[in-house]
Amino acid sequence: MSVIQDPVNSGVYSGQDQPGGTNYINHSKGVMSWLLTLDHKRIGLMYMVSVLSAFALGGTFAIILRTMLFTHSSPENPISDSGQELYNQMFTLHGAVLVFMFIIPAVPAILGNMILPLMLGAKDVAFPRLNLLSWYCYIVGGLFFLFVLLSGGLDTGWTFYTPYSTSTSTSVAAATLGAFVLGFSSILTGLNFIATIHMLRPPGMGWFQLPLFLWALYATSLIQVLATPVLAITLLLLLAEKVLHIGIFDPALGGDPVLFQHFFWFYSHPAVYIMILPAMGIISELISTFSRRHIFGYSFIAFSSIAIALLGFLVWGHHMYTSGQSGMANAVFSLITFSVAIPSAIKIFNWLATMYKGSISLATPMLYALAFIWLFTIGGLTGVFLGSLALNIHAHDTYFVVAHFHYVMVGSMMTAFLGGMYYWWPKMFGKMYNEPVAKVAWFLIFAGFNLTFFIQFIAGSQGMPRRYADYLPEYAFFHKFSTVGSYVLAAGLVLVLLNWIHALLKGKKAPQNPWGSNTLEWHTSSPPPHENFAETPTVSDPYVMGAWDYDESIDGYVHNPQKAQELAQQGHH
Amino acid sequence: MLAILAQTDKTLFLPPGRSTFAGTHDGLYNFVLWMSVFWLVLIAGLLVYFVIKYRRKSPHDVPEGPTHSTAIELGWTLPPLILVMIIFVWGFRGFRDMNQAPNGAYQVIVNASKWNWSFTYGEGANASQLHVPVDTPISLVLTSSDVIHSFFVPEFRVKKDAVPGRYNKAWFQATQVGEYNLFCTEYCGKSHSQMISKVVVHTKEDYAVWLEKQMRWWEGEKPADVGMKVYTQRGCKQCHSLDGVDGDGPSWKDLFGSTRSFADGTTRVADEDYIRESILNPGSQVVAGFDNVMPTFQGQIKDPEVTGVIEYLKSISTHYEGAVLEVMPGAAEAPPAE
Repeated sequence: MSVIQDPVNSGVYSGQDQPGGTNYINHSKGVMSWLLTLDHKRIGLMYMVSVLSAFALGGTFAIILRTMLFTHSSPENPISDSGQELYNQMFTLHGAVLVFMFIIPAVPAILGNMILPLMLGAKDVAFPRLNLLSWYCYIVGGLFFLFVLLSGGLDTGWTFYTPYSTSTSTSVAAATLGAFVLGFSSILTGLNFIATIHMLRPPGMGWFQLPLFLWALYATSLIQVLATPVLAITLLLLLAEKVLHIGIFDPALGGDPVLFQHFFWFYSHPAVYIMILPAMGIISELISTFSRRHIFGYSFIAFSSIAIALLGFLVWGHHMYTSGQSGMANAVFSLITFSVAIPSAIKIFNWLATMYKGSISLATPMLYALAFIWLFTIGGLTGVFLGSLALNIHAHDTYFVVAHFHYVMVGSMMTAFLGGMYYWWPKMFGKMYNEPVAKVAWFLIFAGFNLTFFIQFIAGSQGMPRRYADYLPEYAFFHKFSTVGSYVLAAGLVLVLLNWIHALLKGKKAPQNPWGSNTLEWHTSSPPPHENFAETPTVSDPYVMGAWDYDESIDGYVHNPQKAQELAQQGHH
Repeated sequence: MLAILAQTDKTLFLPPGRSTFAGTHDGLYNFVLWMSVFWLVLIAGLLVYFVIKYRRKSPHDVPEGPTHSTAIELGWTLPPLILVMIIFVWGFRGFRDMNQAPNGAYQVIVNASKWNWSFTYGEGANASQLHVPVDTPISLVLTSSDVIHSFFVPEFRVKKDAVPGRYNKAWFQATQVGEYNLFCTEYCGKSHSQMISKVVVHTKEDYAVWLEKQMRWWEGEKPADVGMKVYTQRGCKQCHSLDGVDGDGPSWKDLFGSTRSFADGTTRVADEDYIRESILNPGSQVVAGFDNVMPTFQGQIKDPEVTGVIEYLKSISTHYEGAVLEVMPGAAEAPPAE
């Protein structure tokens, strides 16, 4: 019957029982079959475990530092040296671990590895061995950070500004080496994705039939490959300065500390787009799928990713308006910074237009997508404050900046990541999660995030400087409020983890396509077999979902080849 | 309408403006704030409206709708483009005014160090708080003796980094007499959050009085009291404790008269000359077990202040058994002791 006509979809009825009864998770056994795997899906899973561990660690630091900020010193009860040192370590490690080990790798290394080849109907990425190497780079980089934790810590801020970083006695050398090695993990992933998207697109999938998640990953990969080496060079120079005293950054040796800031932000500003672009790619998939509508303005969304990636290289100086760089440089950086607002706005408008006249489901992934739009809109609009020269002077290095970049790098990126995890969870594990619990966790995260960070815009406008272990009494209300919010956020995240563990252990069997999306990963069984597809799937417009019929018996969608053919013919007119 | 809103003097979030920059800054801040509220309400409003109006009726729905329109895409790009260009020009003009001090502004040299501010005036006075006359353009020349710091006064909307090895410039003109917080806003290590000072804005007459007094503030005080004030006001206390527990630097308790051991194995008794040299050239004799992190106070501290520190150290050391000076030496015009 259908097995003969449509072998790909036979998995709908048999769950994960592919011919032979195996999928990528159980097709071979033993620790070595994982540690030496070349399967992009297994590498994605190994990344998932390691990146989420780093997330838990960095999140714990955040809770510690917010708890420390619940109280402030007074003349009778001054803050101790050890209290200040602990706080400085906590905010540094929080930032360094989460930026280098969670925000940058999370979407590309976990979801990108898992989904990118599937979306292309391919068996794997272009360079499976490089892919495995990138995971080992991540692990080695992580070990360096663990060493830092155990050997005196780090108190430079994740930005490593000189000459403080060259004069402190904490483990700057180990941390920079760690970030250096982690950079290679990022470069290798980017290189692999570029090659894969260029070389392994199936017949019939031109550049403008690529799912938008892949456009976003492509744009991200360009930045990873072009910008990360600059970080590597900068960190090596920092190391040379610290160990050999060569005099590049240290004014006492004839160097210029502001030069370090230029080098650092030349990578780290584009890195902000490494964080947000893949998140935007996920949102395009989610909004379309859960509105059951063709994405609106496909080519504008695709090109806006590339525009953001390119413009992102030209705005690093907006981190340095108060550093003493020339007024003309400030003006040029400000102008280009404002130009980035346009492609970002285009994306938001297109997502809204996609929802227009749709059939909107509030499944958990869509709730995260809606949260993303709210958080990213606030993050983007407060970026307009900071892009403006006159306003930046007041807001720079205050909690206004802290709130802004948490809205963009954490709120937006994290909700997109969680939305993507819920969206692809059935595909990755063949199990469904508990929907009501997932929604409660979503609400806690959304509410907790806004409680924690919105008030920081006000604290910053009032002049509260960032990276302060202690604060004046007039800022106490903001800090206490924010700390309580962070506990709500943490509770939501813990609930997500429990929700996932429960889904793995007790979740009901997932259908092949629970959402009715038409991108190619939904054309194979859940979870996919080792070789991804039993038969090469037929490529069609990724955002035409009409060929998928809802089947109540499996609570999922079933592919209707006849309708697919009709739709394909209509598409050619 | 947005422009009208922007002209109002009230702000939801900012502290009261007390410099001439506040007008431009707060006007633009309000404009961007209300523009942001407008877009956020529009976007979130549409989002909620669509979610309700187009909620899924059945999983079998196959909705139809437009998938692209170049005219719409270009059309909705235009309003944000125009708005951000207005904001860019407005912000640039504001910044240009903040960037260039008027000719003849009254100059103060700012030296930042871990974790202390030092303000030096052309007349020769030096202080750890910034005292300025009201309604007078003040030009700041900022530098640092160790790592990067940043000068920030929220009420004045002014901020500039103090970078070692270069001179950055900033200026402001205070519009109201009073005391305002002065923060360090560039992370500078352990006591970054304690690097808070004050800007004291005087009337022009009061300022002249203050300046006159500040040039000889130690007069009439016991030298040991002068030393204790230097200790608390000039950043000594951030690294040197009084309870015998070493911090980033050796504790001051029982220091005077003790024998100091240096990294190279040599020793020296901490006498008057040793203390003086430690303040003015601290790198020349770093005690074993400590890093060479203390900035020099050369040019930022006057001889009577050094004498005060020496006498204060004597007063808290069990290694010193002599008398502590009651009157600052050489203070010919000092009032007689009572």
